[in-house]
Amino acid sequence: MENQLLSIITFLPLVAALILALFMRGDDAAARQGAKWLALFTTSATFLISLFVLFRFDPSNTGFQFVEERQWILGLTYKMGVDGISILFVMLTTFLMPITIWSCWNVEHRVKEYMIAFLVLETLMLGVFMALDLVLFYLFFEAGLIPMFLIIGIWGGKDRIYAAFKFFLYTFLGSVLMLVAMIAMYLDAGTTDIAKLLTHNFGSETFSLFGIHVVGGMQTLLFLAFFASFAVKMPMWPVHTWLPDAHVQAPTAGSVVLAAILLKMGGYGFLRFSLPMFPVGSDVMTPLVLWMSAIAIVYTSLVALAQTDMKKLIAYSSVAHMGYVTMGIFAANQQGVDGAIFQMLSHGFISGALFLCVGVIYDRMHTREIDAYGGLVNRMPAYALVFMFFTMANVGLPGTSGFVGEFLTLMGIFQVNTWVAAVATTGVILSAAYALWLYRRVVFGDLIKEALKSITDMDRREKAIFAPLIAMTLILGVYPSLVTDIIGPSVAALVSDYHAALPADPAALAMH
Amino acid sequence: MTSADFRILLPEILLSGYAMAALMAAVYTTRDKLAATLVWATAGLFVALALYIGVAGTGERTVFDGLFVDDPFARFAKVTILVSAAAVLVMSQDYMSRRELLRFEYPVLVTLAVVGMMVMVSSADLITLYMGLELQSLSLYVVAAMRRDSARSSEAGLKYFVLGALSSGLLLYGASLVYGYAGTTQFAGILSTVKDGVPLGLLFGLVFMLSGLAFKVSAAPFHMWTPDVYEGSPTPVTAFFATAPKVAAMALIARLAQDAFGGIPGQWGQVLAALAVVSMFLGAVAAIGQRDIKRLMAYSSIAHMGYALIGLSVGTAYGVQATLIYMAIYVTMNVGTFAFILSMERDGRPVSDIAGLNQFAKKEPLKALAMLVLLFSLAGVPPMVGFFGKFYVLKAAVDAGWVWLAVAGAIASVIGAFYYLRLVYFMYFGAEQDPVDSRMAPVQWTMLVAVAAIMVLGVVNLFGIEGPAALAAQALVR
Repeated sequence: MENQLLSIITFLPLVAALILALFMRGDDAAARQGAKWLALFTTSATFLISLFVLFRFDPSNTGFQFVEERQWILGLTYKMGVDGISILFVMLTTFLMPITIWSCWNVEHRVKEYMIAFLVLETLMLGVFMALDLVLFYLFFEAGLIPMFLIIGIWGGKDRIYAAFKFFLYTFLGSVLMLVAMIAMYLDAGTTDIAKLLTHNFGSETFSLFGIHVVGGMQTLLFLAFFASFAVKMPMWPVHTWLPDAHVQAPTAGSVVLAAILLKMGGYGFLRFSLPMFPVGSDVMTPLVLWMSAIAIVYTSLVALAQTDMKKLIAYSSVAHMGYVTMGIFAANQQGVDGAIFQMLSHGFISGALFLCVGVIYDRMHTREIDAYGGLVNRMPAYALVFMFFTMANVGLPGTSGFVGEFLTLMGIFQVNTWVAAVATTGVILSAAYALWLYRRVVFGDLIKEALKSITDMDRREKAIFAPLIAMTLILGVYPSLVTDIIGPSVAALVSDYHAALPADPAALAMH
Repeated sequence: MTSADFRILLPEILLSGYAMAALMAAVYTTRDKLAATLVWATAGLFVALALYIGVAGTGERTVFDGLFVDDPFARFAKVTILVSAAAVLVMSQDYMSRRELLRFEYPVLVTLAVVGMMVMVSSADLITLYMGLELQSLSLYVVAAMRRDSARSSEAGLKYFVLGALSSGLLLYGASLVYGYAGTTQFAGILSTVKDGVPLGLLFGLVFMLSGLAFKVSAAPFHMWTPDVYEGSPTPVTAFFATAPKVAAMALIARLAQDAFGGIPGQWGQVLAALAVVSMFLGAVAAIGQRDIKRLMAYSSIAHMGYALIGLSVGTAYGVQATLIYMAIYVTMNVGTFAFILSMERDGRPVSDIAGLNQFAKKEPLKALAMLVLLFSLAGVPPMVGFFGKFYVLKAAVDAGWVWLAVAGAIASVIGAFYYLRLVYFMYFGAEQDPVDSRMAPVQWTMLVAVAAIMVLGVVNLFGIEGPAALAAQALVR
């Protein structure tokens, strides 16, 4: 039982989805209600089981725990397990899914299919964070595209088709290159077991390919192939353009899952594969990644300033915040990586909540145009409070989890590259600018728009949805050790292994 | 020649005898009224023979003085051919009966074509190879023009015939050159000749033969007939073209390359790799603009042949195994997809415009879901089985050091994903308009749903197909 817990967590939502698909008939109000309750119940149960795993988890052990291994086709193995880096992503997913399901309580269009899509998506997302076999990881990673494609395409906004296609093809291109790299890794190491690959040394001798000297050799090539996939998923500048389109068109719950969980797969991938498996390749590419992150932070923050669509604005702000994550990861020191993980978790709560905030008024007014709003505080005081809280958290106000993540990553990067740190810090100011300006335009001012005069404040369900998110943002903000105690030892091991794998003299690398 | 020799050939002899008997029976009794019965009987016979070959066949024997070989490779290919041909036959019965297309010649000709294919995959001599190929092709030419009163169908048959004859000519010319320089038509003899160096004329012969075979698998740049023939032929015939003959021709390429020219993989590997790359990209790019689902499937099959050729071009046993698995998965997917295409109609008339799929999911959620699974599988998106097919060939390529080929395959699969997704798009999010009717015979419905289930459940262990495929590949590549 103990070592099948992870499989139970992963496949419980899938079982519920199958029950919905096979045994739920009809499309009347009762059937819709039933589908929603079943989905809510399953995701909550998944969360409780994962909590149990978290309590049994031993942070001081930096290896994989709760490992389950079985034979599978193609000489591959079905292997699941968690370590200090992945466990909290699992928790983030199981924590957010019930909230997401509850947030779509008033969806009435093809409810059963909607619930099935989210349940299947949960299974696939959890699988990504737990898989300990390359191909199994790829399977979950890729398959997640299908439900998300359908969620955007069926339940999305006006231009959903374009967005769904762009989302699918962008991410698909990234991941097939990763697949080729995975095959190459398998041939080099003779295994697809992630735990074994973590200890395998991939070749790092410089060789020349079509007359180009590839510094870092095979590791650099593998790094680039994985980078193509994770950078698109993160998303990093300049391959972020699918994200605003997807966000704008996705339904509220889709946006929440996309921002809060799916984007984290990229960051998780960097931590699980790029950094520990290709240290030399990572080291070679670090300056590029750092500057891409810095540019992302400043550029997308500026772009966010110019947006007229609320969701688009928050989407660009997500890209900027993900810039801190990549920066922290490739700072490759304890503070940087701790901060990156922290920032990802915190962004999961905050951006999820922000999209829910947009969802609240979108449900009432059916527009996301900033200009259509103004003076909401007069009729929606509770909403104004919640929105204010998350705006501040997004800006990185001390006391909220957003501050801890940004501070740690900046501290990490400052020790490595002060110029990047300096550029990235301006992003903190810019984020305050666009977030507060958005808040002012939507909430403050006089209520002059005719359509808004009868708008109602949040009902009890909507308030209840935000309660756990506010709690988490505050708790992590004032007591960050909750997270860093769990991830600390694993991150320390990751960082020390990383530096141990690099050649003592960087110049020696180029000489090979 | 002994009785043991004949026992090896028993399935082929039985099928030929059956074809003649069926022909006579139909001609002298109720003619087309017997056709439906014949279709089912033929399919039953196919399945029985597949079981016989799969279960009873053992070992490796060359009979009739080295003309005909029976080995695990031939048996794997034969089982795939027989089962897929049986599936297509039973699927088409309802469609053809309702449109009064079902003539008794149809099952007879299919049987003869299948005999041809079985001879092809077992050939150990250029003469056997050509006999099998021609028996298959001549039967298929007639089947393509089955709908005698339709100009499209006749055109398809004629086009197929002219281009097919050209390809047979190329092949024959190549075979004559090979014979001239090797001094023998037997594969084993050719193999020992090329071991001591390859004369230029022999190389010419090899390239001509590969070109002729590339026609048969419709690999680009020898694919021109495919879209027209797929579009013009009656849909059940198209379904047949897309499945069994492709397996046979692909197996024949493997047979020729490994058994006759196994000593010089460097010579044909490049040719096959070039065919593979061109096919994958042409199939993926040209399909984007298609509005007709049958033409679209034609380009899809061109692209799929490209992937299958990757496995062959690397020249390893693992590559052959990958190709065999790829082909088995490919025919299964096509059976399911064509079961659906057969059911597309409006007011009783077949429809093949993809716009007709608009909002299909609203009307028929289950069929749309099954189709969605198939399309994602065709595109090679995990966790569907189609992904494992692609994974296998890409792995074989990287394994053998052909990384650039694997990268090309990966990129082409992204381009290809677009048009499969577009079908999903029509079905699920298309413009509001009346979708096509989908009146399905129980057989078609079963095929569609069963294949979709296979595509999902195969993720567990690929239904144990790996073992036989590995055995088959090791028998071929030594």
